[in-house]
Amino acid sequence: MTWWRRLWRETALERELDTELRFHIEQHALDLVARGVDRREAVRRAHLALGGAEQVKEQCRDARGTRWLNDLFYDIKFALRGFRKLPGFAAIALVILALGIAATTVMFTVINSVLLRPLSYPESDRLVAVHGFTDAYGEVWGFSYPDFTDLRDASHSLTAAAWTYGGGTITEPGPPEYLIGRQVSAEVFTVLGLPMVHGRAFRAEEDRLGAAPVAIIGYELWQRRFGASASAVGQRVLFEGRSYTVVGVAPSRVGLEGEADVYIPLGQNTDARTRNREARFIHVMARLRPGVRVTDSQAELALIARHLATTFPQSDGGRTLLARPLQQEVVGTVGSTLWLLLAAVTVVLVIACVNIASLLLARAVSRERELATRVALGADRSRVIRQCLTETAVLGVAGGALGVALAAASIRPFVAAWPGTLPRAEDIQLDWRVLAAAVVVSVASGLAFGLAPALRVPMSGLDAVLRGGGRTIAGTSKRVHSSFVVTELALAVLLLVCAGMLGRTLLSLSSLDPGLNVHNVVTARVALSPTVLATPDRIRAAWQDVLDRAARVPGVQSVAITDIIPMRTGDNALPYSTTPVARTGPDTPVALASTASPDYLAVMGIPLRAGRFFDDHDRIDTERVLVVDEALAVQAFGRKDVVGAHLWIPAMSTSPLTIVGVVGHVRHWGLAADDQSRVRAQIYYPFAQVPPSLLRLFSSFMSIAVRTRVAPLDVVEPLRQELRGAAGDHALYQVRTMEQLVTGSLARQRFLLLLFGAFGAIALLLACVGVYGVLAYLTTQRTAEIGVRMALGATGGDVVRLVIRQSVVLIGIGVAAGLSGGWVSARLLERFVEGMRPPDTATLAAMTGVLAVAALVASFIPARRAGHVDVVQALRQD
Amino acid sequence: MDARSDLPQGTLDLLILKVVALGPVHGYSVAQRLQQVSRDVVQVPQGSLYPALHRLENRGLLAAEWKQTDSGRDAKFYRLTRKGKAQLEMQTASWRRLSEAVALILRLSEAGAE
Repeated sequence: MTWWRRLWRETALERELDTELRFHIEQHALDLVARGVDRREAVRRAHLALGGAEQVKEQCRDARGTRWLNDLFYDIKFALRGFRKLPGFAAIALVILALGIAATTVMFTVINSVLLRPLSYPESDRLVAVHGFTDAYGEVWGFSYPDFTDLRDASHSLTAAAWTYGGGTITEPGPPEYLIGRQVSAEVFTVLGLPMVHGRAFRAEEDRLGAAPVAIIGYELWQRRFGASASAVGQRVLFEGRSYTVVGVAPSRVGLEGEADVYIPLGQNTDARTRNREARFIHVMARLRPGVRVTDSQAELALIARHLATTFPQSDGGRTLLARPLQQEVVGTVGSTLWLLLAAVTVVLVIACVNIASLLLARAVSRERELATRVALGADRSRVIRQCLTETAVLGVAGGALGVALAAASIRPFVAAWPGTLPRAEDIQLDWRVLAAAVVVSVASGLAFGLAPALRVPMSGLDAVLRGGGRTIAGTSKRVHSSFVVTELALAVLLLVCAGMLGRTLLSLSSLDPGLNVHNVVTARVALSPTVLATPDRIRAAWQDVLDRAARVPGVQSVAITDIIPMRTGDNALPYSTTPVARTGPDTPVALASTASPDYLAVMGIPLRAGRFFDDHDRIDTERVLVVDEALAVQAFGRKDVVGAHLWIPAMSTSPLTIVGVVGHVRHWGLAADDQSRVRAQIYYPFAQVPPSLLRLFSSFMSIAVRTRVAPLDVVEPLRQELRGAAGDHALYQVRTMEQLVTGSLARQRFLLLLFGAFGAIALLLACVGVYGVLAYLTTQRTAEIGVRMALGATGGDVVRLVIRQSVVLIGIGVAAGLSGGWVSARLLERFVEGMRPPDTATLAAMTGVLAVAALVASFIPARRAGHVDVVQALRQD
Repeated sequence: MDARSDLPQGTLDLLILKVVALGPVHGYSVAQRLQQVSRDVVQVPQGSLYPALHRLENRGLLAAEWKQTDSGRDAKFYRLTRKGKAQLEMQTASWRRLSEAVALILRLSEAGAE
């Protein structure tokens, strides 16, 4: 019989054992009776000969080899009974452990899914992003199309592919709708290793100028608009006023900065900028050819870059190429935030573990007599240790299970609460590695807590323990307890200081002046109907029509169009100069240039400092004018009133541009990031003076901004209706109020504050529970001593002071240790969080004050109880 | 003082295997046989008989089955398995070697004393 079958049949085996032994005794007795012994005497002798039936049975059970399992079973039952007797203790321990494990599991899951797990493409470790590098601008992702084709044709070490944004309006089949689009080179799907769901990918000959227009539709669009029918391949779609033949259906999870609805060949793009080597708007990625290592490829890229630099010194001089793991580009900069949060969560888990350890230790010390009794009754040391470990392992496993359940439930809300979009959010799920880690952590922490009390079990001098009954506390136990409390307090101070610094930062950042009046402004991108984009005149007329119609919507006070909305993604940085220069070098200052219609200043509420803003007299055929902000005036001229001065901006014109007005600085990069950003100076130029050749391109960037008399979101629907245009196919998208954009610019800081605040609060609570628990335990242990003191004349107040003095020392050490740790971590935060302020004494003092007061309150409860000890009872105890 | 001596360590298993080898028996008759055959010289503690039987059964040296005795009562009968038989032969041989060696040494020292 195998041991598990023996275990399975335990009741049957017990019955058989009983029958067998009874048979033995009866046979023996019968034999004795046959020899003339009295019946009752015979039975007695038979029993005597066998020895104690229970002992024999025990030995037979040992012989089965399932003993340890039985013991385990009993230990677990005993542990559960123990926890049932002290439900408060068990509940607190479980909640602490579950919270700690859940928080760590969530963070670990997110980090594992986003940062550690490879991208979900085949052999994704062989995918790289190719970036450019110059000394002046550092590493940038942007490629020009000619540079890309040269790289693609020259490289033997990798297969390169390119893509760029290219949204637009679909008008057939179905109602007009703005679609997210991507222009891609023919190699993109091969490089990613993604086969089409239906049809085929682009061919190389389709990826050139003048080829027949073809398109690939995204999986989601295919489901939504084409009913997931295979006949979608071969259909015609009218996209941006052009008719395309659908040749393929792309799989879902093509991650070119999110899913796209439609893909068209980049090589068919007729824009002038695709032939301009300086227009770097293309993303390049590549797959390493078989057998090639990244280092080999890097060497080849350097060669190609050198060749480009010598052939095209004007555009590519000093530029080299770098291959980066694609994963790094996809994930971007969320890494630092995630690791920061994991660190904070780990601190909470450590506090939780220390707390439970101190709870268990206190319990173990008070159980010393129980354990001593067990030893006296014959349990050996390993048996007692096993029992203690089982108890804590039960706690650990239960806490772990609860924690994993809690984590599974809270991952989605956590991802949803992430400011902006978390890259690879769709990849986030609990996987077995995370589960394994959680289980290991919970069992290991269970065993760790269990070991300390178990090792305290006395093996000698039992009589002293049994008689003395814990009238004295061993010095080690007191030291261990005190170090637990100090650790908890220090870690809590650390988290509180971080939370405090984040809070202070957020407070000072939100009180910053964004440079504009954010109330009652709503912004939206506008996609004009493809039909009006035919000629520059019609485009201008269409935008004028948009302005006129929007102004008619009830509740609208003023309206403007612009290409760049403050604090929203999208910018256009141009080099400028105060003197006429033929070319600009890397040292040329750069300003953020945006075009706007005359009412822009009024809509945004940006203050005019000098001169004028644009009006209807600024036309394509009048003098080219600019308005600059104070930052540019100071940066370029060293003074604020620069009306009448001239700027040269090669990207806009070879002739000088006249400054007609100075306006206030707008924090375009967000409240937090603007101060540190590289490009702060701002230039505005009239939309009316955008050259006709660029109008079509500009139209794809333009947004509308509306100042309202009513709540801004109330005008969105009327506005949408009014702006549908003659053909009913203008589309409004990305609707945001300025308030949302400003708030969003601080989302990261707010998110971190929220989490650190929550962690800090949990830490504070845990630390107070810890202080309370330890002091309560220590004072209970000293009851007899306190009784003696009071009998000798100490008052209740003296006793309270005695206990408080003890806790003040602990709090003092904990706070001191925590402050130094907190200062270091606040400095660390400063490096990772934009706009973070250096730690200041006021915040440090406030946070430690909160903790010290809370800890003192927690220690006052046991102190007061000690002060009310009944002297007679205390002395009579034990 | 009791004239009977305790069983040397580890020999109980060998004796049980030998007794069971004679044919299926229940625990009580194993005890009786041991006592009779050893002519009351060796004390077989009845209390350790059953744990030993169970241990041998779990190790697969004995097999057990419930049968009726001649008097019509249910009893657990043990018999030797093939593995038990091999074990018995091996242990018997090793016991013989050991006891002969011990006897040899004892004789030697007696001769030296004379």
